[in-house]
Amino acid sequence: MRRLILAMAIVFAGTLATGADAETMPEYKLVLQNHQFEPATLKVPANTKFKVLVSNRDPAPMEFESADFNREKIVLPNSTVTVFVGPLEKGTYKFFDDFHQATTGVLVVE
Amino acid sequence: MLGIALLVFREVLEAALIVTIVAAATRGVPRRAAFVGGGIAAGVAGAMIVAVCMGFIEGSLGGIGQEVFNAAVLLAAVAMLGWHVTWMSSHGKQMVQQMHRVTDSVKAGSSSIAILLAVVALAVLREGSEIVLFLFGMAAGGAGKLGFFAGVPLGLAGGIAVGFALYFGLLRIPLRYFFSATNWMLVVLAAGLASSAAGFLIQANVLPAWGNQVWDTSWLLTNGSIVGQAVHVLTGYEARPAGMQLVFWIVTFAILAAGMGVVSSRMTAQRERANHASKHVSNGAAITRGA
Repeated sequence: MRRLILAMAIVFAGTLATGADAETMPEYKLVLQNHQFEPATLKVPANTKFKVLVSNRDPAPMEFESADFNREKIVLPNSTVTVFVGPLEKGTYKFFDDFHQATTGVLVVE
Repeated sequence: MLGIALLVFREVLEAALIVTIVAAATRGVPRRAAFVGGGIAAGVAGAMIVAVCMGFIEGSLGGIGQEVFNAAVLLAAVAMLGWHVTWMSSHGKQMVQQMHRVTDSVKAGSSSIAILLAVVALAVLREGSEIVLFLFGMAAGGAGKLGFFAGVPLGLAGGIAVGFALYFGLLRIPLRYFFSATNWMLVVLAAGLASSAAGFLIQANVLPAWGNQVWDTSWLLTNGSIVGQAVHVLTGYEARPAGMQLVFWIVTFAILAAGMGVVSSRMTAQRERANHASKHVSNGAAITRGA
């Protein structure tokens, strides 16, 4: 068990440096209002890691989620979170509000 | 109403599957029901606290507090499961032998079950906090009373029913293989939780992905479906896993499997030595009596 924790700590420490590129990463904004994503179609470049700033302007908490690009994060009312995504291959990737599954959008990677 | 029922069902299902395996793995341990119940109660209380503190968690650590929190909860559960399976491999066989006179193992059983109580609590806490936030949002959005008073119990009952179905399915495993089966399930469960933790750390940009989508089996089983979600909880299945998640899965599995193997082989060696020694003693006794 100790070995596992140690191994994870080493991996963790060794890769903290990857956080540095966060400053220069391309940034995209996504706003949730009246149970709709704006924009509902977000275009991003292929094979590039990027940030999505998800803002929730509804009075209810939401969970920004995608099974296609493997992300999930709760966004409280009137707040904004950062989600790191990719690099992704070309294609379309669906995302949704897990708390209101009818609220969907797509990421178009090109 | 169905929307509420479905979300509650999905979250309860995730926690229920973990609770079920833990409950099965602690079969025969006295006061188990109290421990599992206590774990669930602690988890529910924790879920409410987490939901209330979500604003703080979300904003902490420069915006990655949520991911780090989730990863920490998952890795804590992995560590506890690791401790338990190593412990069980030394005591499991004895427990099988003592199934009919359980009272002997009261103290032995309780030490490990306290650890598993925490695993139950953490599982309930993680899924429960999502339910609390969701319901809070539903209330804020003016969902009808019918939605709450029919949807919540319906989802809750559905999730718990699946847990019980799995439990009674597991009970059909012959007693001889029972604890090794449930122990392996705990090992696979722990590996999956470690992989999920890696997923959160990748999302927070704390860990590199080492290949964002190593393969894609979403044509076979998506993580969005209920079956996919159940398989994900039990095994860590991802339709599109990141390389780092696979590394976490494999490393956790290897360490826990090795831990189980080392302990049980040491136990076997000890038992053989003990058998050998007792044979000598009885022979000696026979000789003495003969004389």
